[in-house]
Formats: sequence, C-alpha cells, structure tokens
Amino acid sequence: MLGRTANDLFWLSRYVERAENMARLIEAGYRIALLPRVGGDDGRQEWASTLESAGCAEQYNAKHGTLNTRSVVDFLLFDASNPSSIHACLATARRNARAQRTALTREMWESLNGSWLEFQAIRPDTLRSDALPRILDWVKERSAGYRGAMLNTILRNDTYFFSQLGTFLERADNTARILDVKYYVLLPSTSMIGSSVDNVQWEGILRSVSAHRSYRWVYKDSYRSWRIADYLILNRAMPRSLRACYSQIDSNLSSLESLYGEEKPCLETAKSTLGLLEKGDIDTIFQSGLHEFLLDFISRNNRVAHEISEAYHFNA
Amino acid sequence: MEQIRAADLKPSFDEMNGFGQGVREPYTAVSGWLNSLRVEDLRKKSAEAELLFRRTGITFAVYGDAEAAERLIPFDMIPRIIAASEWRRLQAGIEQRVKALNAFMYDIYHRQEIIKAGRIPAELVIQNDAFVPEMIGVDPALGIYSHIIGIDIVRTGENDFYVLEDNTRTPSGVSYMLENRETMMHMFPELFAENRVAPVETYPDNLRKTLESVAPDKLDRDPVIAVLTPGLYNSAYFEHAFLADQMGVELVEGPDLVVMDGYLNMKTTQGLCRVDVLYRRIDDAFLDPLTFDANSVLGVPGLFDVYRAGNVTIVNAPGAGIADDKAIYSYIPEIIEFYMGRPPILKNVPTYNCRKPDALKYVLENIAELVVKEVHGSGGYGMLVGPTSTKEEIATFRDRVKARPENYIAQPTLALSTCPTLVEDGIAPRHLDLRPFVLIGDEVRLVPGGLTRVALRKGSLVVNSSQGGGTKDTWVLQD
Repeated sequence: MLGRTANDLFWLSRYVERAENMARLIEAGYRIALLPRVGGDDGRQEWASTLESAGCAEQYNAKHGTLNTRSVVDFLLFDASNPSSIHACLATARRNARAQRTALTREMWESLNGSWLEFQAIRPDTLRSDALPRILDWVKERSAGYRGAMLNTILRNDTYFFSQLGTFLERADNTARILDVKYYVLLPSTSMIGSSVDNVQWEGILRSVSAHRSYRWVYKDSYRSWRIADYLILNRAMPRSLRACYSQIDSNLSSLESLYGEEKPCLETAKSTLGLLEKGDIDTIFQSGLHEFLLDFISRNNRVAHEISEAYHFNA
Repeated sequence: MEQIRAADLKPSFDEMNGFGQGVREPYTAVSGWLNSLRVEDLRKKSAEAELLFRRTGITFAVYGDAEAAERLIPFDMIPRIIAASEWRRLQAGIEQRVKALNAFMYDIYHRQEIIKAGRIPAELVIQNDAFVPEMIGVDPALGIYSHIIGIDIVRTGENDFYVLEDNTRTPSGVSYMLENRETMMHMFPELFAENRVAPVETYPDNLRKTLESVAPDKLDRDPVIAVLTPGLYNSAYFEHAFLADQMGVELVEGPDLVVMDGYLNMKTTQGLCRVDVLYRRIDDAFLDPLTFDANSVLGVPGLFDVYRAGNVTIVNAPGAGIADDKAIYSYIPEIIEFYMGRPPILKNVPTYNCRKPDALKYVLENIAELVVKEVHGSGGYGMLVGPTSTKEEIATFRDRVKARPENYIAQPTLALSTCPTLVEDGIAPRHLDLRPFVLIGDEVRLVPGGLTRVALRKGSLVVNSSQGGGTKDTWVLQD
C-alpha cells in the first residue's frame, strides 16, 4: 500500500469520526443552552466550553467575537473555513475518499459521496430552528452508515487497520477533550454536589458521547462525578472510553506489525498507554489531578498518531 | 443560434431504420421494447440512472469550466447495436490497423524504411511535435509502442465505415463503456434476456494481461503494475481510479514514485517497492522533468533513463503520439499497405493536408462544406464543422488556416449515422460515432463493443463529451 493511501485512509476515518463527534457536541451544548439558566447568560458559558472541547475557540473568537447560539452552531456545522466544522470534515473525508477510491469498497465510497451530496443540498440560511436536531441526527446516521459499510465490506488487511486506527485515535482524543474541558464540573466540591446544575452538566457530558442511557445500565445509580469519569476513562465496555479506544488501537497496531513483520515504536507507546488505563483507578486519578491526567493522555495520543505516520511512511 | 443545415439536408443512415426501409434486423427486439414503453417511463428510468451515476461518482471535469468541477456525461438508454457480421469486419480492420501503427512507430524510431522508401515525407515525421527524438533507438518490450488504442469509427451507410481518428496516446472512455453496460443490465435486465449481447466486462482482465505481457524481461516474480494519474482534479480521474481498482493495482501520482538505483519505485507503507509496468495517464511532456518538461511536477525525475535501460515499461510508450497525429492520418492507408502488404480493410476519411498548396486552395474555397481540424487538437476543441457554423465562425477559421496552413487538415462533412435517442421532445435520431478499445501485447485483445458517443444537439456532428455529447451502451450481438 502507498504511504499516501495509508495517510488518506487514516485521516478519512478521523474526519468521519470528527464529524460525528461534532454533531454530538453541538447536540449536548444546544440542549443545555436551551435550558432556563441559573445565572442567565443565554448559554454563553456552555457555548464557550463547547468551542473549547471542539478545539476551535480561538478561531471562533477571531471571527465572531460574541457568543450566541446561531453563530456557534453555524460555525461548527456549516462554516467551510473552520477545518473542524461538519462541513469541512465531510468535504475532506470525501476528498480523501475520492483520492483513494481504489482502496475503498464501492459501498464505502457511495456512503461518503452520498453524505456529501446530501449535505451540500442543505441551505443553512433557510433552515428553521427545529431543523437542527434533524440535521445532527442525520450526521450521526451517515457516520454510522459509513462505518457499517466499512465493517461489512472491507478486507481485513492494512486498509482496515489504518481506517480503524484513525477512528479510535480521533475518538480517544475527543473523549479526553470533552472530559478535560469539563473536568472542573466533575471535581468534588461541597457547594454544588447534587444540585440541578450539576446534573444537567453531567448529563451533558454523557450525552456528548452517547452514554447517558448506558450509564444507568452499567452503574444502576444516579449520576455521580467520579463514576462518570470512571466510565469514560477506564470502563472497558463503554465503546467511547479511553480504555476501549486503546484496546482497539493496540489490536490494530499489533495486526499491522504481524502483517508487515516489522516492530515499530508506535505499538510500544500504545501498549504502555493501554497499560496505564488497564491498571488505573479513578480515585488515584482524581488525587493526582484529573486535568493533568487528561493532558498527559492527549499528548500520548498525539505521539502515537505521529509515530504511526513515521513508521508507515505517511508522508514519504 | 440555430445553426443546423447540412446534417438535416443530407439523409443520414439510421442505425435502427437504415435509410427508412423499416427496422434493421439487429434492432428487432429493441424496437419492440421501445414501442412498448412510454416516453415518461424512459425519462423516469433515465433520471434513476443519473442518480446512480452521481452516487457512484462517475464524473468528469470540463476544462475551462470552473463551475462544474464534476459533471456527469449524459447517458442515453437506447442502446447502439452492432450485428455480429458487422463486428467481424470491424475487428479484422482494427487488428490490421493497430499492427500497422505499431510497426510504423518501430520503424520511424529505428531505420525509417518508410521514409527512405519515399512513402511518407521525412519532414512530416521528423519535424512533427509528436515525434520524440529521445525515443530513437529505444527498444520497448515486444517492440510495441501503443498498447492501448482507441479507434474512432463513424458510419455513413449499411456497409460504409470510416476511421475518423486513431488515439494512440492515452485514449480515454473505456470506463464509460463498462459502467454503461453495468447500468443497462441493472436497469433493464429483461433486455439482456431477449438479446444475445456479447459481454465486455473482460476488459480490465485483458488490460492486466496485456500490461503483464510487456513487463521487462528476467523478472523472477509477478510484475508489479501501477496506474499513473495526474491526480483527482484531472478530467478523467474517475477512469484512472476505476481501471486501477478493476485490475487490483495501485493508483499512483508522481510524488508517490521515485527512481532509485536504476529502477522505478513507489513509496509504500513498508518502504520502497519496485514498479515494472507503468500505465501512465499523463502526457509525454510531463513524464520526466529531467528529459522532457522541466517544470513538470506530475512525473518522476529520472524515469526516462530507467525506461531506456529496459527496467520499466511505460504504457503507452513516449512518442506514441506520432501515430495519431492528424497530419500523419492521411498517410495511414499507405502505412498499412507498406507494413501489412495488403490494402486497408477500414477506410480513411479523405483528408486535405493544408500544408499542400493545392489542398489549401481547395479547403479555403470550400471551407463552408468541410470539417477543419487542428493537427494537434483533440477532444473536439479547435475544430470547425463548416455546414453547422455561422458566417463569422467560418471567416475567423479561414483566417486562422491562412495564417498557419500546416496546422490544419480538412475533411468532407460526413453524414454520420444516427440512432434513436431520448431528447427533450421525445425520441429522435442523433448522430453518433464508435470508439472500440484495442489492447496490444503478446496478442491483440479486443472486447466486442466500445464507447458510443452521441451528439445530443439536433443536427450536431460533434460527439465529444467536452462539447456536450452523451454516451450509449454499445451492443455487439452474438450469432
């Protein structure tokens, strides 16, 4: 496989995953922004932290200055100049797919191409406010459709491994970022525990990773901050937890190594990160600092991505 | 601007109805099927097919048209049908022609017997822009220069077929031949039950076999093949990706390739990997910045040296364009006689080389009745169809021909055959041509069929997709 192909497949998956995560993030933010506020700030604080989680607060401020629902949603959903917007993610994913048509199955290509064609047909300025949830659902469906097409049709060789790596590195990054931006919400504090604001915020976090329902099944308890952190960081069954992502990354990197018959440092880094998550317990993490833990994780995650691109000649 | 005359006046042979003596035999079943359909049904199917093409991404780009980065080539659902006996004759003519073309190229890049024999003027070859002097003395595998040739054939009567043009560089359109069939079988499976249509889907397999057969000698493993594309903004990118995919080989761009230790390599996830056969879909000039256009970023520095050393096969060979040069075209009957020792089976269209004074005089006097083409033009750009042009267009073109006569050839305007086609006001005859794709390697391989292009504008004789032409599925019937 060409190094360029591996690079495009990896990023194609990342962008599809990113579009989906963005849809969730907007959905969670929108719900909270709609609620009657305790402090009454028209959702400004919520949108600020959403932009932070999406990693595009700076760009937004440079462009818009003031925070309001319409501008933030427009920026995250339709703004082609924002490289993390759903528009840009779908466009880039489709461009990569077009460049790598030979590596994709027909089903995968048609799914992406179809998404792009439908998305292009949306006229943002004519949208009524009730259209937003529908569009966000659609984005999640299309992303699931693409992954379904991939899982159902692709050969289990390097094409599959690089695609999976892109998905799970992006997903891990996303979960870690959401947690990091909201970590203060989860920190034990005497004044607010059990307040309705807490509950809303906690549910918001869980919603942004589609976990607000499954949480109940797993913990059979109302929302508790340390359990939410445990769930999203250490739980092996939760498909968007850091641990679950890393067990996928580990297994796909191992498969690549045995396919190519060569050992690479990226697998070492991934294995040590997975070890950390397998052995970790949430009390220790809170004691030594949730924020620090997450920062360290995000930088490890970036390192794995970088080492993969080096090891497999992405930019040869 | 209605500008249609001659094509309306001269009666054209219709593929379905001949000169009006009733439905021709090969069309019996399809004619019945057409009569059983309502135009609205056909339109609905047509819209469905368009959606299918759009989803699949079977698109092409039109140069000079920034708006439509990706457009669809209109697909017409009424097939163009060729009888088995007609095809046999075409096939014999095509095989004879492609062998002669390759023999010609071998000769002019070696001993130049045909020039010495005085059968073709030396300056026409040597001073031709399409002649690549770097190729002199190079010995391509099996002595083949043009491995993939698309021959444009038109018809004017029951038994009158003419070769309009040979495409010996990088003929395109074969993906449409394959996708059109795929679409037809998907939309109208019942038609294929009633008609014995020869399959075309062996083409990618034949292409791979052809490419493998011209790999450099002495390989102790299966040859590695790659398709070289200028990238996804090229008008034919879909086809490049399609063919690579259908053959199961890598689709590469210039920056994916590197010359190392005298071999061509591609940069893979596991480091460098040798490439033995490069099916390139970029022009000669861009192949190697060290040998040809120094500004090219599409090609590979040092590629030509690897080629000359026999360590990679470039398909089609650099310099293969000399055989489809429009000034050489008029000598093709001579060329066939010279190398094959027999008269050509397929006729050429009579051609006036404006470089000759008496021909120029005739062309300038009769320009309104002629088709005038630039010698190096392609894709329907830079041509004049006299009878369907305005006085101003004709005047402009006459000035251009006068200014650089050697740059133009002219041909009588042929009444191209027509075929019933779905257009805005229903089903009506439209002019068409046919491009079969021939593969030349250890043997000559020709799938029964080709790309039928149809001019969708009433009376128009220009079928090129870049000029708004459409395509049809092309059926060769089996006995």
